[in-house]
Amino acid sequence: MINKRRSTAVVWGLLAATALIGPTPAAADDETTAPPAEPPKVELVLDVSGSMRARDIDGRSRISVAQQAFNEVVDALPDETQLGIRVLGATYRGKDKKKGCQDTQQIVPVGPVDRARAKAAVASLRPTGFTPVGLALRSAAQDLGTGATARRIVLITDGEDTCAPPDPCEVARELAAQGTRLVVDTLGLAPDEKVRRQLLCIAGATGGTYTAAESADELTGRIKQLVDRAGDTYTATPTVVGGAAECGNAPLLAPGVYTDREAFSEHRWYRVPVRAGQELRASVSVALDRPVNPDYGVLLRATAPDGRELVRGVDAGSGRTDVISAGLRWSAAEDAATPTPEPSGTQPARTVCLVVSNAFAPRPGTEATPGMPVELTVDVVASSPAPDGPDLGRGWALLLLLTLAGLLTGLVAGLLTRWWVATWREN
Amino acid sequence: MRTLLRSAAALVAAGLILAPAAASAAPTPTPSPGAATVTKAGTSFLTATAITAGQPVRVGASTGDHLYWAFPAEAGQVHQVNATVTFPKVRSGASTWTVDVFDGLRRRQACTAGAQTPTVPASATSVTLGCTLRQVRPWAEPWSADPLPGTYYVRLSVVDLPEPDLGLPIDVELLVTADGEGGASGDDGELTAPLVPNGRAGTVLTAEPTAEPVAEEGSSLTGWLPEPGSRWFWTTAGGVLAAVAGVVGFALTRRPRRR
Repeated sequence: MINKRRSTAVVWGLLAATALIGPTPAAADDETTAPPAEPPKVELVLDVSGSMRARDIDGRSRISVAQQAFNEVVDALPDETQLGIRVLGATYRGKDKKKGCQDTQQIVPVGPVDRARAKAAVASLRPTGFTPVGLALRSAAQDLGTGATARRIVLITDGEDTCAPPDPCEVARELAAQGTRLVVDTLGLAPDEKVRRQLLCIAGATGGTYTAAESADELTGRIKQLVDRAGDTYTATPTVVGGAAECGNAPLLAPGVYTDREAFSEHRWYRVPVRAGQELRASVSVALDRPVNPDYGVLLRATAPDGRELVRGVDAGSGRTDVISAGLRWSAAEDAATPTPEPSGTQPARTVCLVVSNAFAPRPGTEATPGMPVELTVDVVASSPAPDGPDLGRGWALLLLLTLAGLLTGLVAGLLTRWWVATWREN
Repeated sequence: MRTLLRSAAALVAAGLILAPAAASAAPTPTPSPGAATVTKAGTSFLTATAITAGQPVRVGASTGDHLYWAFPAEAGQVHQVNATVTFPKVRSGASTWTVDVFDGLRRRQACTAGAQTPTVPASATSVTLGCTLRQVRPWAEPWSADPLPGTYYVRLSVVDLPEPDLGLPIDVELLVTADGEGGASGDDGELTAPLVPNGRAGTVLTAEPTAEPVAEEGSSLTGWLPEPGSRWFWTTAGGVLAAVAGVVGFALTRRPRRR
């Protein structure tokens, strides 16, 4: 037994290592937004028309409930928020509708709030005249001025506009279509059906909210919430852009958020430069700011400049909603990414066209202009190449398989060794 | 010989014994201990209130508001959104509520389970909504709609109701929970940049951007190796087991010792 003392250890290392070039992702640029110097701006617009005398909120008059709510809101106002207060129907006691419908004043200018002065101004209000809501909204938008950030108007009223034209809802739509981002939140004090319809229309046209306030607590809580919201969200303001009717002369967009208007069945084109090794990401939201038929859809397509479709994002819906959105990702396929390397070792940007279209159907009587608000988000990031497939394994089945293979190999090796030793000894 | 056979069998069986215990039953979602309650909600994608999984939300709102929250997700996680809307006031008719989830590109996400759009009668004092999302993939082709790491938006709204009920106060409670450890193996691909939307205001370019120098492909020594991940450990363990099994197999073929 010569081979008996021989070492019997036969070990096969089983480590697979395949030569595969790992990707080296380009670092995404990490720009941070500089906080805008502008403070949040809110204007409260209070109806002080004759109907505010009605004592139907917890046995108190509507105006006293509103005054109490305003006092509490002024007390709890965040320091950085600039608050203005405008009233309508507060001074003119006559019957002349023409004069009464011009009756709106700013009693606290938009700016850092002098709490004592603001409270005194609110306390002196007595329910008096007409309800020129449209004019008050237009003036409030002027009070807030123009700037880079979103502005909020909180409209508190108990009665229907008695001064149309201008129709307050039309005014709201017109204000929303102007360059400045303006949101009108509405509060109805013990509202009836007409008031509710009107306030819903104003809120819907500007992306605001509607609340029916039937107690002092509800009113106070809601105004506070809306003023706080203004402070939290006012910086999110997109850039206004006008999409073209075809790709050739469409605006060229850098990464960021844009807003535009699109009419029913209109197509709006934009262009985005995308380099090789980059991925285009785009999303679009079309807001339903007016009554439309209950079924609708939105389509966002990315095409090459020659019209070839690259990818599409689509969504459809039914029923009540605020926006309908779709999004897409696209990156050049690997082989097409480097068609002809430029002689100087540079990489030109390809242009990708984006087209937004919608499938909304207006209800009879729905205004077609201005178009519906479109929010477009464009981003260009480093592309994510396809993984090369797993080179290593995972799981209990793998361990079992490798162990069985090792056992089998050991058995075969052992048998071969025995056979070889036997043959060698015989010869 | 018998001893060797037994030990070999034991080695093989060891793997099976170590198999993970059966997945325990899904627990009722509970907020993470110590997580601060969020009392705000956004009203659009851009102004969505940021929350994290396990952070409870409790906010007062008006019927008809569209409330938005945004939470971050990692590969390997499965998220569950649970919401309860309570109605303190009497309503005039039945209403249908919905919780929609969108990814960072505002693409609608499917719910694999949960009452996404329940309808409640006028007499109900509350409605419970739920949505369990698909598992977040570490990578997907740009053309696919698979869930990817990044920001996810939750939108809670009422889709159908009698118009007089609009504007009535409601109380909303919401909780997003995440199952799964997150962080999948790099071998399955990786999204270079998570789907986190760029919220900056855009700039309209006046001219086509100039050609940019091609970045030099850095040739690293370890570039050919697979990505680090659990597969390395599994495969190494498999190699060790195979080696031991090989020795055992070789030993089995020896002649029995002469007594």
